Amino acid sequence: MQIVSQLLFLIALGVAIYIFSRRALGIRRNILLGRDVQLNDQPALRWKNLLLLAFGQKKMFRNPLVAVLHFFVYAGFLIINIEILEIIIDGMAGTHRIFAPYMGALYSVLIGCFEILAVLVAGACLIFLVRRNLLKLKRFISKDLNGWPRSDANYILLTEIILMLLFLTMNTADQVLQSRGAEHYYATGPFWVTGHFAPLLSGLSDSALLAVERGAWWLHILGVLAFLNYLPFSKHLHIILAFPNAYYSDLRPKGKMENMPAIQQEVLYAMQPELAANAPASDTVPKFGAKDVQDLTWKNLLDAYACTECGRCSAACPATQTGKALSPRLIMMKTRDRLEQVGQQKNGEADGKSLLRDYITEEELRACTSCAACVEECPVSINPLHIILQMRRHLVMEESSAPAEWNMMFSNIENNMAPWKFSPDDRDAWAH
Amino acid sequence: MQIKTMAEYFANGETPEVLFWVGCAGSFDQRAQKITRAFAEILERTGIRFAVLGKEEACTGDPARRAGNEFLFQMMAYNNIQVLNNYGVKKIVTACPHCFNTLRNEYPELGGHYEVIHHATFLQQLIDEGRIKIKEGGSFKGKKITYHDSCYLGRANNIYEAPRAVLEMLDADLVEMKRCRSKGLCCGAGGGQMFKEEEKGTTRVNFERGREAVATGASVIAANCPFCMTMLTDGVKEAGKEEEVKVLDIAEIIATDMQQ
Repeated sequence: MQIVSQLLFLIALGVAIYIFSRRALGIRRNILLGRDVQLNDQPALRWKNLLLLAFGQKKMFRNPLVAVLHFFVYAGFLIINIEILEIIIDGMAGTHRIFAPYMGALYSVLIGCFEILAVLVAGACLIFLVRRNLLKLKRFISKDLNGWPRSDANYILLTEIILMLLFLTMNTADQVLQSRGAEHYYATGPFWVTGHFAPLLSGLSDSALLAVERGAWWLHILGVLAFLNYLPFSKHLHIILAFPNAYYSDLRPKGKMENMPAIQQEVLYAMQPELAANAPASDTVPKFGAKDVQDLTWKNLLDAYACTECGRCSAACPATQTGKALSPRLIMMKTRDRLEQVGQQKNGEADGKSLLRDYITEEELRACTSCAACVEECPVSINPLHIILQMRRHLVMEESSAPAEWNMMFSNIENNMAPWKFSPDDRDAWAH
Repeated sequence: MQIKTMAEYFANGETPEVLFWVGCAGSFDQRAQKITRAFAEILERTGIRFAVLGKEEACTGDPARRAGNEFLFQMMAYNNIQVLNNYGVKKIVTACPHCFNTLRNEYPELGGHYEVIHHATFLQQLIDEGRIKIKEGGSFKGKKITYHDSCYLGRANNIYEAPRAVLEMLDADLVEMKRCRSKGLCCGAGGGQMFKEEEKGTTRVNFERGREAVATGASVIAANCPFCMTMLTDGVKEAGKEEEVKVLDIAEIIATDMQQ
């Protein structure tokens, strides 16, 4: 019987890891469809960002109350993983609480800490459910989240609460079994939280307790493995990608736009034709700006997978706040949707669609004031502005698509050296 | 006003301490011209040897670049950098945060390396050095002032304290809007929006910001950007407070209250 359970466990673990790895590799492949950029400079500063922004969740603390709750869930997640390690070893080796005999009194202290965290995680998740569904916070009731994204968020919170309750139920039953000297149940002494609930289960028979303990144990670990595989299809992927995203975040001032060396070169040759004569001929016609996901950088695509759809960007966006079609959160969600679509296409087989227009409209792109509030707010270092500006470049330079007023502005700059139609001779008229 | 140009300095074999980059708004927009004159007046009164490019100045290319026209931006940048480098310009001060951002962050990789300072920081330095002294009991004493962070000085370049430090010299009551510093709400002009109609929405960005500024009860809204100036002035008008609430650039405020 024991060996059957070990085998079943190994199969479940193996299948979970296999499916997860395949999906993880698929996501990696999708991200690498993006244009290459070098983001390896200043490693010291990048490590600092990783520590502060990802591990320390610095940006979250712009709203301290939510940050503390989120920190419980995050710390709970990280630390309770130590317990998952024991559960996995137990599952494979057919042991029970394998760490307990080696750790003595420390073991119940450690489990006590995990239990406190589990209660905090479940409590925080419950508050988050209330915030999302009952409090009508603008960024959560926004139409951005209609359909799957809203359910996704609720499924994640519910799953976390259920997993925590299973963990606590398992421990409660375990302690009653311990107190009865049941076989295999190592006497650890009472745990801090579930110790108080043990009397609730003391009326059950040994076999019923065993069923509760084993049932909770199995449901918990199978739930964890299932959740692992839910992650990469969900906004919850941020728990992993927030880390690389912080490391590779843009280190330049937020006001600086990415240079386009190809155009810089072309302008140089136009101004100094003598240089062009010696320039190596290029037979590829360069593409300017971004029309589809492959034109964006891999960091933009990593951003799309790292987005947890929290909507802090859109809550701060002047366009979103004044009812424009633009929502930076949607820019990220649409980029991810499009990338998933492109990733599913077989080699070379295009669907005739593009990120521009089929997903993101010109109206959205035009409404951006480039104020960088979205970039400033994002807790996981996503830059929606970079995507918007690349797509604007495509519109203007590849399609000559600009509002008439912008075309006026362009021609004024070109002819009068100012965005308005004034004579360059009057530029110093203010002094007279 | 007798403002010397870079060409005049050059012709006399002299070099000014600093180049005052006026910018298109500061040169042509009637309201912004007043800011330009106020700042030039401060420079003159503090005895700083400065020059302007005059007719040789051209748009930095900021609005074209942000609208997506990289070709035009690169053309403007090329020509401006030629002019600046020919004069051997080392230090630039400007009263426009968009020019400031482009000159400081975007020209270096195109070959234009200068020390670029926004006038808010420049004014703070002059105050710190004692070159600007504020009148006792000036015209802003005891008045409520709220400061509007421009995106391109604030978030874009992380300059939040210098303009506030300047305003604190006035003995005024400096009040903050709820959305301030890195959370400051845009005036609605950036990213080329200044030059086109807004997209369809429930309200205009500058109306939203104007309402917020007026709600502080301040009688003066301090700005540091000619585009914010236009936007906020309209926003205040929309809120029906154009009589009670003035939108002023920090250079105008300092010029009014500095000791002779």
